[in-house]
Amino acid sequence: MTMALDAVRNAPPAKAENKAESKAVAKPEVHALDLLVPGMTCAGCMRKVESRLEALDGVQSARVNLSAHRVAVGFDPAITNADALVGELALAGYDARPFDPTIHGAARADATGRDLLLRLGVAGFAAMNVMLLSVSVWSGADAAVRDLMHWISALIALPAMAYAGVPFFRSALGALAGRRLNMDVPISLAIVLAGVSSVIETTRSGEHAYFDAGVMLIFFLLIGRYLDHRTRASARSAAAELAAMTGRTALRVLPNGKRVLCPVEKLTAGMRIAIAPGERVPADGLIVEGRTDIDRSLVTGESRAEPAAPGMRIHAGMLNLTGPVELQIEATGDGTLLAEIARLVDAAERGRGRYDKLADQAARVYAPGVHALAALAFIGWYWASGEVLVALAIATALLIITCPCALGLAIPTVHTVASGRLFRAGIFLKDGAELERLAQVDLVAFDKTGTLTDGRPHLVDQPDPDGVHARIAASLAQHSRHPASASIAAALDHSSTAPVTDIREVPGCGVEGRIGRAVVRLGRPAWVGADNHHDVAVSAPDGSTAGFRFSENLRPDAADTVAKLRDMGCEIAILSGDGAEAVDRVADALAVQIRHDQLLPGEKLALLQDWAAQGRRVLMVGDGLNDGPALAAAHASISPADAADVSKTAAGLVFAGESLAPVHKAMVVARDARRRALESFGIAAVYNACAIPLALAGLVTPLIAALAMSGSSVLVVLNALRLRKS
Amino acid sequence: MTVLGTLIPISLFLGLLGLLAFVWALRRGQYEDLEGDQYRALFREDEDRLRQLPTNVPSQDRP
Repeated sequence: MTMALDAVRNAPPAKAENKAESKAVAKPEVHALDLLVPGMTCAGCMRKVESRLEALDGVQSARVNLSAHRVAVGFDPAITNADALVGELALAGYDARPFDPTIHGAARADATGRDLLLRLGVAGFAAMNVMLLSVSVWSGADAAVRDLMHWISALIALPAMAYAGVPFFRSALGALAGRRLNMDVPISLAIVLAGVSSVIETTRSGEHAYFDAGVMLIFFLLIGRYLDHRTRASARSAAAELAAMTGRTALRVLPNGKRVLCPVEKLTAGMRIAIAPGERVPADGLIVEGRTDIDRSLVTGESRAEPAAPGMRIHAGMLNLTGPVELQIEATGDGTLLAEIARLVDAAERGRGRYDKLADQAARVYAPGVHALAALAFIGWYWASGEVLVALAIATALLIITCPCALGLAIPTVHTVASGRLFRAGIFLKDGAELERLAQVDLVAFDKTGTLTDGRPHLVDQPDPDGVHARIAASLAQHSRHPASASIAAALDHSSTAPVTDIREVPGCGVEGRIGRAVVRLGRPAWVGADNHHDVAVSAPDGSTAGFRFSENLRPDAADTVAKLRDMGCEIAILSGDGAEAVDRVADALAVQIRHDQLLPGEKLALLQDWAAQGRRVLMVGDGLNDGPALAAAHASISPADAADVSKTAAGLVFAGESLAPVHKAMVVARDARRRALESFGIAAVYNACAIPLALAGLVTPLIAALAMSGSSVLVVLNALRLRKS
Repeated sequence: MTVLGTLIPISLFLGLLGLLAFVWALRRGQYEDLEGDQYRALFREDEDRLRQLPTNVPSQDRP
């Protein structure tokens, strides 16, 4: 029994399970597959996903990794396949798709994390044991016993420093090779000097060995490094999830007329694809068959749908509304809109310039100062005492006690806590530096369609709801997918419909049906036979017409969010690709003065670059393909989760949900985080101001150094944790 | 003071044992899913698995 149980418990490495069985039974072939399941959020989901999969025939093991939202499945390809697994999860209510961790850099990030954790473990072990030995020295061991303790400490500490300090040495060497100074230069120098001077001190049977301080320094700093890595890794995996889940399939039409599913990434120029109504266009191309209406709001920001017929060029990201069409994919060269946008995004990212992270800014002030002080202390003591070793010991003590332990911990802990708080509010942060930039924003530029508004048409003007026109419109509208029809159907009373028969949708025009022998139509005014005063017209059997007008609704809390952002001292601007009238309506409703309409993607980019040149720090909020370059160029950028892929990739933060409130929330958290980080710097500065004179006077013993270092680190971490509450 | 000669090696050995246990756990992937494992501790995993076992395990192995 136990053996069998063990075999099941060891499920995740499916091969291990095989080994146990292979002697008795013929070895079943096992394929390992990772599935990405973003919907898994709790213990219940975890349980459900594992048990549903394991109940399937041919599945040997299923193990969920909740942090990464992945499930590792081992299955027998002879019995089941990936599609069956995805299908089973779909039945359970989870969206899943196969995921290759090597593609999105997830595998490399995992390996780095493991490496840091291992070094952290070694440093922790060494710090604990050396500290134990040091306690006996501090409590009065002397002569031979003290030397023995020091020698054992050296035996533990030197290899541990050499191994666990590698990340700092590597980064310091990299900075020096680039003729820069970063925080890791004084850190590495302190570690090396602590090791060297302590060994010298020990060989001379001296009193002050800094082995404990050296290892503890590495231990604390590695905690900061590891936290930093975790924040970035989880942000990266959120981004990879977005990318993987939007990687859709397209229906390819083969020359012989057969239709096969094909991943969007594998589409190439010249292929023919079929696009059903309600689907997003996967690639740029020419329509070769079928008529439809196209919603281009994600691509150009235009809020109104447009008819499309064979010969028309449509672009990836547009939404096919009413009729099935076939598309001939064009050469994927420079001519396509996607290539154009990608080029602009690249240029914008390059033009944004290197942002100076808070930690780097601090390092630039701090590192030269500390080095100069240490050099002065060395020279001064050498001149006063005439002994190299005494001078070296003082300089080492100064470097250790001023070592930016607190600084190294301050930023990572603040970022970790802040990104956790953002995550709970449905906001994904891609990079800690983005949070720092967000805190400096003084101008918020919104895209209109799909960002400030919900991007759907709502009725503002309609004929008498009890009249014959309204009743006909209500009957016809129920039979169309066009967003205008959906909004008419929603607005009009369903109970009083007209007896319309033979209803059919005419893609690119509207809906038509019959009442008796007379034809009635709902759709484009020109097609219905009405004048162009309205957006949509409807005709009655007697030939008379009536019209509807539409406007977009603001997102539910757009006004509130804009007001709150103003209160925070930000100016508001609207940058839209839509027409002047639509932009004015929204801008007036929100009392926004800075408004620009009919902007091309390049013009949005130019506006942002102008503002940047004037020294403005702009936050760009946008969802469309046309916002991509602007999002990449802005000082900080936020995108809703239903935005175009390019925009989500370019934006620094992504928020989920209908509400715009996360934009304000993100700003609040960013400013809080900045305040906490600066406070932590302040704590570190005060502590250094007290410690430096002591060190210069030669009064710092290893005990004082150890106490001061851990005290300031704990203070900084506690200060960062306050962010959770505010 | 000769007791130190025994105690220090013992304490170092125990510490090293802890480090090795940590390295072993790390290699086994026990730090891969910190979020999920906090819930996993609450699952009555063995019981659930036992119920599924009859399909996987030869009958003479069952209690």
